[in-house]
Amino acid sequence: MRLRGELHHLTPTGVVQAAVEKNFFELFGLPVSFDVDTADLAVRYRELQRQFHPDRYANATGPERRLSLEITAQINQGFQTLREPLSRGRYLLALRGVDTDEHTDTRMDPEFLVEQMELRESLDEVRHSAQGGERLEQLASRIDSLLRTRTEALGRKLSGGDVDELQHARQLVREMQFLKKTASEIEELQEAE
Amino acid sequence: MALLQISEPGQSTAPHQHRLAVGIDLGTTNSLVASVRSGMADTLPDAEGRHLLPSVVRYFGNAQPLVGEQALADAATDPFNTIASVKRLMGRGLDDVKTLGGALPYNFEPGSGMPRISTAAGPVSPVEVSAEILRVLKLRAELALGGELSGAVITVPAYFDDSQRQATKDAGRLAGLTVLRLLNEPTAAAVAYGLDKKAEGIFAIYDLGGGTFDLSILRLNQGVFEVLATAGDSALGGDDMDHAIAHWMLQQAGVDASADPRIARRALRDARKAKHVLSDAPWAEVSMTRPDGSVWQGRLGQEEFAALVDPIIGRTAAPCRKAMRDAGIAPADITEVVLVGGSTRMPRVRQRAADIFGRTPLADIDPDRVVAIGAAIQADVLAGNKSSEEMLLLDVIPLSLGIEIMGGMVEKIIPRNSTIPVAKAQDFTTFKDGQTAMAIHVLQGERDLVSHCRSLARFELRGIPPMVAGAGRVRVTFQIDADGLLSVSAQELTSGVASNVTVKPSYGLSDDEIERMLRDSIVHALEDNDVRSLRERQVEADRVVAAVESALASDGAALLSAQERASIDGELARLRSLRAGGDAAGIREGIDALDRVTQEFAARRMNAGIGRALSGHRLDEFG
Repeated sequence: MRLRGELHHLTPTGVVQAAVEKNFFELFGLPVSFDVDTADLAVRYRELQRQFHPDRYANATGPERRLSLEITAQINQGFQTLREPLSRGRYLLALRGVDTDEHTDTRMDPEFLVEQMELRESLDEVRHSAQGGERLEQLASRIDSLLRTRTEALGRKLSGGDVDELQHARQLVREMQFLKKTASEIEELQEAE
Repeated sequence: MALLQISEPGQSTAPHQHRLAVGIDLGTTNSLVASVRSGMADTLPDAEGRHLLPSVVRYFGNAQPLVGEQALADAATDPFNTIASVKRLMGRGLDDVKTLGGALPYNFEPGSGMPRISTAAGPVSPVEVSAEILRVLKLRAELALGGELSGAVITVPAYFDDSQRQATKDAGRLAGLTVLRLLNEPTAAAVAYGLDKKAEGIFAIYDLGGGTFDLSILRLNQGVFEVLATAGDSALGGDDMDHAIAHWMLQQAGVDASADPRIARRALRDARKAKHVLSDAPWAEVSMTRPDGSVWQGRLGQEEFAALVDPIIGRTAAPCRKAMRDAGIAPADITEVVLVGGSTRMPRVRQRAADIFGRTPLADIDPDRVVAIGAAIQADVLAGNKSSEEMLLLDVIPLSLGIEIMGGMVEKIIPRNSTIPVAKAQDFTTFKDGQTAMAIHVLQGERDLVSHCRSLARFELRGIPPMVAGAGRVRVTFQIDADGLLSVSAQELTSGVASNVTVKPSYGLSDDEIERMLRDSIVHALEDNDVRSLRERQVEADRVVAAVESALASDGAALLSAQERASIDGELARLRSLRAGGDAAGIREGIDALDRVTQEFAARRMNAGIGRALSGHRLDEFG
């Protein structure tokens, strides 16, 4: 039986078994909220690293060394998750039992899809044109502004939090994920120039 | 300072005993060893006062291999038995080696998997060749420091993948070293530089060595060295320039070197000399003796030289841009650019680095020695000689890790430039009705297609109970430790069937092979294997006892009940008495028992630590 390739994707699950049973906000001593001061988060991150990094436990007992590895992995994962609005939003939804299913659920708002198709068409044109630098810049800033309005909306929906608002937040996260992907393609094109 | 203390049998080592630890820069062209002595880190010279050890090994049919200057000098006369630039082969398969081109004049053994070079001493793997170099450095350090080493930090290019890292660690083991950590070369350089200059800000480390290029961007902040991004090319360096010049010389002289590898080796040697001359002089005189005895003489001027090396140097620009993008910074955000690696002595390389970053780079610590010095500082911390309060390294993995999914595509599980250690899980479902096994293919690289990424390992999860398609859920967990080494486990969630692998690279040595090589090696044949393993266990027992005692002293009273304390004390006493006996297996068992009984205590200490880490800070301090 040929097994390789017979994998079907289901869903990303984030962190591995928590060494410390705290959610990321608790781990960093922050209130569970979409509003995170990233400079403050970075200071807390370094403090936690100073305390738990495996280098600090090079001569500790076996269980302490294993735990330090696990906790540091959790701290790193937590920092990555809370630092960016998109992953932070997705995580907050997960904490409230809302799965964003970006991989399995491909239904999107038709209006959003039309807009995205236009964006992608422009991107394809730029890809095949000789002088795309300026056009790329324009596309990048357009996506940037689409992302910004969604980030602001996401904050409002998450601070409310009734069922409708959470569903709306879920949709926003899915759209942001879509936009991010296009944005990173643009960056790759810019870099290749 | 008394470096060596001999303790009574059964007595645990004093906690403040100075442990001998070294940093080793295992380079493509040259290798170095450094150590911290009386608070100062410096490289250690050999008996003749030379710090650089050429990374060249010559094998003989009936004698021990020769390593260093003499082997380098012999390279042109005995090319097939003299191995240079072996770092370029580490963790590579035979196919990779072929694509490295005519650059390598060796004869490889036929077969698949790890390449083995045919020599007068029989076939040798790159790991074994590297181990010979490490053995010489270990011996040099033990002579200089006056005792047995407790451990070493070995540096690797930041852009090394998992196979290349694992091969390097295996070479360390084979050389009889306790590898405390694999450290990325640019990070090591940043440590040496940052601690020396008390630097703060964002630094770009431009590291062009004999065979590898790394560009790392770090934030230095109050002793925390945080790697923001790294990029590079693990097959780009001064070697490539030597080959370009040698190729030009052969062409000019009208010589076909494929007939005689000695001519190729001589051309390479002279090309390297010419490259060094051209760092200062307007031209270099070059000559070559043809197979028929006639002599070609020529002159390589700056213009032709530039035409030969500039395309190679130019290949460093793209990784620089990629790292800046990944770090989310512009050239203007960079505080300083630091040059590392022998190739950065070349004015053309310096100019290129200056152009890329728009500022004059710094090279005020010897670019050949700075990496070993940084590694020695880290080794000193990890050996427990100095409080690590003032220094912390946060490093990243250079390449994304993922697994194969349907259609020959790669699903990334851990993206490049993730800070290590890191662990991440992803769930997959079964694809067919009644599927009882799942193949897991682990890959490293940035591309979407399996065929464009490096295959690290394959394993299968078997014994999944038959279910309808989609009902079986398999969780695949990736864990990367502080060395940047990966282990992968898979578990079927409904039945709990599990499978674990530490990823052993497809082109690596198995644990059994290393164990056998250790047994067979001359160094260890002289001593009884049982004596060696008993001594290792005793050292480990001492370390564990000291660690538990120190944990009890600081938190035992606060975190343990009298009963819990008594059971830990009981296991401690048992391990001490086992340590005094001569039974290695018994000591191992005693260590495991002490581990088990201290697990809960460890968890409580960690939890208390989280509170401590974040207390003492008011929010307004952070603004």
